[in-house]
Amino acid sequence: MSFSIGTTSVGRGPGGILHGLGDDEDKGRVWDAHVVSRMLAYVKPYRASMVTAFVLTVISAALGLAVPYLIKIAIDQHIVNRDLVGLDLIALATLVAFVGLYASSAIQQYLLSLTGQRVLGEMRSQLVGHLQDLHLGYHDTHIIGVTISRVFSDVGVINDLLSQGLITLASDVLTLIGIVVIMLLMDPRLALLTFTVVPLMVVATMIFARHAKVAFRETRATNASVVGDLAEDLAGMRVIQAFAQEGTEQEHFEEVNRANRDANVRAMTLSFIFMPTVQFLGTLATAVVLFFGGRAVASEALTLGVIVAFLSYVTRFFQPIRELSQLYTTMQQAMAGGERVLELLDTRPGVPDRSSAVEMPAIRGRVELRDVGFAYRSAEPVLRDVNLTIEPGETVALVGPTGAGKTSISNLIARFYDVTEGAVLVDGIDVRDVAQRSLRRQMGIVPQDPYLFSGTIADNIRFGEPEASDEAVREAARMANADEFIERLSDGYETQIQEGGANFSVGQRQLLCIARAVLADPRILILDEATSSVDTMTEVLIQDALDRLLAGRTAVVIAHRLSTIRNADQICVIDDGRIVEQGTHEELLARGGVYRELYERQFVSASAV
Amino acid sequence: MTSTRVARRAAARETTGGMTDPQILWRCYSYLRPHWRLTLGGYVLLFVINGASLLNPQLIRGIVDRGVENKDLQYLSWMVLALVGLTVVQGVLGYFQGKWIEQASQNVAYDLRNQIYKKVSSLSFSYHDRTEAGQLLARVMHDVDRLRFLDGRASMRLIEGAVMFVSTVIVVTYMNPKLAVLALLSMPILTLQAYYYSKRMRPVWMSLRDKISTMTSWVEQNLRGARVVKGFAQESAEIRRFADQNEDWLQVSVDSARVRAINDPLVVLITNISTIFIIWYGGRLVIQGGLTLGELVAFTSYMSQLAGPVRTLGRLIPMLTEASASGQRIFEILDTESEVKESPNAVVLPAAEGRVRFQDVSFAYFGRKTVLEDVNLEVAPGDVVALLGTTGSGKSTIINLIPRFYDVTRGVVTVDGYDVRDVTLSSLRDQIGIVLQETTLFAASVRENIAFGRPEATEDEIVAAAKAAQAHDFILEMPQGYRTRVGERGSTLSGGQKQRIAIARALLKDPRILILDDAMSSVDTETEQLIQKALERLMEGRTSFVIAQRLSTVRMADQILVLDKGRIVARGTHEELLQTSGLYADIYERQLRPQEVKELMERALRSGASENMPTSVTGIKIAVAGAVAGTGA
Ligand SMILES: Nc1ncnc2c1ncn2[C@@H]1O[C@H](COP(=O)(O)OP(=O)(O)OP(=O)(O)O)[C@@H](O)[C@H]1O
Ligand SMILES: Nc1ncnc2c1ncn2[C@@H]1O[C@H](COP(=O)(O)OP(=O)(O)OP(=O)(O)O)[C@@H](O)[C@H]1O
Ligand SMILES: [Mg+2]
Ligand SMILES: [Mg+2]
Repeated sequence: MSFSIGTTSVGRGPGGILHGLGDDEDKGRVWDAHVVSRMLAYVKPYRASMVTAFVLTVISAALGLAVPYLIKIAIDQHIVNRDLVGLDLIALATLVAFVGLYASSAIQQYLLSLTGQRVLGEMRSQLVGHLQDLHLGYHDTHIIGVTISRVFSDVGVINDLLSQGLITLASDVLTLIGIVVIMLLMDPRLALLTFTVVPLMVVATMIFARHAKVAFRETRATNASVVGDLAEDLAGMRVIQAFAQEGTEQEHFEEVNRANRDANVRAMTLSFIFMPTVQFLGTLATAVVLFFGGRAVASEALTLGVIVAFLSYVTRFFQPIRELSQLYTTMQQAMAGGERVLELLDTRPGVPDRSSAVEMPAIRGRVELRDVGFAYRSAEPVLRDVNLTIEPGETVALVGPTGAGKTSISNLIARFYDVTEGAVLVDGIDVRDVAQRSLRRQMGIVPQDPYLFSGTIADNIRFGEPEASDEAVREAARMANADEFIERLSDGYETQIQEGGANFSVGQRQLLCIARAVLADPRILILDEATSSVDTMTEVLIQDALDRLLAGRTAVVIAHRLSTIRNADQICVIDDGRIVEQGTHEELLARGGVYRELYERQFVSASAV
Repeated sequence: MTSTRVARRAAARETTGGMTDPQILWRCYSYLRPHWRLTLGGYVLLFVINGASLLNPQLIRGIVDRGVENKDLQYLSWMVLALVGLTVVQGVLGYFQGKWIEQASQNVAYDLRNQIYKKVSSLSFSYHDRTEAGQLLARVMHDVDRLRFLDGRASMRLIEGAVMFVSTVIVVTYMNPKLAVLALLSMPILTLQAYYYSKRMRPVWMSLRDKISTMTSWVEQNLRGARVVKGFAQESAEIRRFADQNEDWLQVSVDSARVRAINDPLVVLITNISTIFIIWYGGRLVIQGGLTLGELVAFTSYMSQLAGPVRTLGRLIPMLTEASASGQRIFEILDTESEVKESPNAVVLPAAEGRVRFQDVSFAYFGRKTVLEDVNLEVAPGDVVALLGTTGSGKSTIINLIPRFYDVTRGVVTVDGYDVRDVTLSSLRDQIGIVLQETTLFAASVRENIAFGRPEATEDEIVAAAKAAQAHDFILEMPQGYRTRVGERGSTLSGGQKQRIAIARALLKDPRILILDDAMSSVDTETEQLIQKALERLMEGRTSFVIAQRLSTVRMADQILVLDKGRIVARGTHEELLQTSGLYADIYERQLRPQEVKELMERALRSGASENMPTSVTGIKIAVAGAVAGTGA
């Protein structure tokens, strides 16, 4: 399908809440000092390696320069003088120099890639760690594939810069400075004359940089949309095929893909303009030397030797510049990637732990919603004035029409989101005052979409309690009534679950999710339509088991099938974000209100033939 | 957990195993064929530019020798101009050369991605059941880029280097064959070195790429299961798990860096040593008078000219192996055969009447035991068939066979007498509207989601479908109505809202056959009944299949099938089943609990509430009657 990412909108229809780049207003800085300094911070721990690598670079450069000199000696002194022993010695010295060159470049390369890989790994870990801190709402507005491209693609381009680029940059700059000094010492006038092309160079670089910034950002953004589009289509492939929309979707993908190709070509084309420009300016400098120097020699103001030397220095002067201009591409790419990575790292968790947050003490199980109001997006209230108290050990059922706000209430109890008004209290403690993980560690949640991870069945049941014994896993499966189908599988509990659970029926997935929650031994259990796809007979069995389990624990059960909630201590009917009725099954039936109507409808319609 | 969640994958390495490195490389390059003009143009320019750059030193020498030394200022000015002019020409040509080659290679990446996409979207459910999305993502992200680099800049530099190398070798041989042999002694060593290096590195690269894929896949699942991760407070554990994989990757990566660091400069060392040989041996020759000094100097300068290309070759030749590892991973996808293939003489299924037949159908999922056995089923056009049964009994499996998401293992599924394997997939699926058990919406507007199967549908049609699915009202309540965008997989909607949009999406297709797989499990009973009323009207004369757990949903069906462990154990209408199927009656009783109803009715009658709700009470009476009849049987 399609969505829009910042400037590169590839979707159909209006751009809305979804964005891959977050706010994409142009930050417009060519050399983003902020990005660079943050990136450098990652290299800092490896200062020693980097410095060593740099020293080695200098050494290899020196050795590289020494060899021609050695050869010169061999020719001028030994061969000319027919000194065979001297020749042997020089050959040996050259060999030593070469081996030294080899060693220093090998070590240098090793140190650099080591640092690069470490930094890369660290960045990835940090990103993944940060993603765990973001609240659920983040995924409402961000495409998973786009996030993935940040964790892998963007981090990769940064690594290119850090591991290869920095050293080249440093040694090139040093070479440049050295040459400038030598040229100035040799003949300041000619040197300054030569340097007249430098301002042109600066202007050219600035123009290039301005365009490159935009172009390379575009390459990163379009790359993200390719990954995002593909990721989403892979997730929805069954629907695409069921609706025979492969063709349309292929066209969409090709469109996004084309945008990425064109962005890449555009960005690279810029460097194909830039690099010859640098080359041209280099020749221009040579021309200046030849033209003015030539005249100076003609008027005997200069010796020929100076010109020859100057020529070779000019060539060497532009060599690092040329390299730098190639490096520029890497740098721009890294800068664009870095921006995207930092943006993700800088995204504040939507549901942060307070700095004063304490660990949630062992939960007894009293849950209270006090005057709760809630909206996912401001100005669109989903819950209003919700007041609800669940005593320890009680089971409360939430029923009501779809979209009424049942899942939203459970989201607040688990503090997936923060209330907009009022407060949620567990054992009298505001959930915002405790560390959220310590709160959820004592809860068990069976979400409305039964999600399983790749791995074995046992791994999945163990998810919340990785240390649990095999026996405990089996016991949990038994409680969820999942043991029967698991044991029929040839690999039993070691059967691999594939791609989110695709190789199990939806009901079976729900049973596994229940087993997972049961094993976590929660003080508060939330079952959000946990058995909606489970047949009634199985459900009855699960319920008997759950009734035993739930003794002494607090539970919130959401269901449409009223037979699911028959044993609840308290039933709340939610409608349009409010609790409209509250009481036991009998009380509510006797009251003759909404619940009674719900009940009759389900029942009457099933029986009136 | 990590180990197992990570362990699987190698299974995918099945198809391209037989290809050798050169074959894979050849195939990598074959993607340049459609862009041969750009490629050829680029390489021609490459040679022209390199040829022209030989002129530069000549010009400068001329300037120095004649212009400066002989003080021929006229000549000096002209030649300087010529030099500048030549650079301009080179620059312009260089621009086109770079651009063309870049374009060609970007096109290769573009084509490859499209082909992967196309392939993947043509592979059946079975493939997607066992392939992790993250694995595919990693290949499209990283491996395609490797091939692009190989087909573009890498090969360009490689060829440039090779040409330089060969031409230098020719010149050198021409100058002094004996010395040349000495100089080229390094060649076999270099070749051997490259060979062993590639052989050693290949598995390492393969494993590196695999590790990246695994991580990608892992992150994808971690993000998709964010609610579970958070719900079970497993964030720290997840971070640890990722760190483990990262560490794993780092280990291999550092290993490969070490091998690389030892090997890459080795190429330079080997060539350099041959230079020493030349000086040493050539020096002796000069001393013995077998060679002039000038020749030796020229020789060494040519040898030093070789250093550049040799370094390039040293860096790029291993890349061929690396790219072929990536190529293999891509070709694995491209070479996968779909398990559901359109037969070459498939016909277009004419406008269907909706008669569906299962004849002795058995079915097993890939690598699993049989899940359906001897299913026989005959559905007349216009019938409503309901499927009921325990979890995992095979309900979804049955309906998955009608649009041919999977192929039967034995038996035949026919639509209007056509074996589904004999008609084109699109003509078959175009006439089927299906709501899958797992609702998947796309990150797009509500309108786009409903119109997914028929992008050309008019506004009125879309609204009508939404109304029938009872989605219209809540859609209008959303801030931008039909233009409201929903989150990925519909994450910003409630469960029932998602399902209703999925129902609208299926209805909009105006299908001859409608399949609702547990499509209303998250919809409340009232809404469900409204939807059913609409369906009755819309599906008049069309065939529908309904899977549901709530009896209120299935009771209207013309035929109810009760499934157990892959077999149909009972069939009939509601009344018939109440009599004949113990299981059905059990379910019925459990869901409705007549004793409670009896009490309720009595209480209602006593309290006089009946006056306010006469209809309900009559309803209850009927129900009780029915229930008693049911249990009595
Ligand atoms: N992540 C979200 N972002 C924005 N709006 C949301 C989000 N989740 C739910 N909503 C909206 O909030 C309202 C209440 O949704 P909720 O999921 O709580 O309903 P529900 O009672 O659980 O319904 P169902 O029975 O269909 O699951 C709905 O209108 C829904 O569209
Ligand atoms: N893609 C798959 N690969 C392998 N096995 C599968 C796959 N899908 C389902 N199964 C297995 O086939 C059996 C039948 O599954 P199916 O989805 O048809 O059940 P169902 O009757 O629809 O159940 P539910 O009511 O839970 O949806 C189950 O045992 C299930 O584990
Ligand atoms: Mg819900
Ligand atoms: Mg099913």
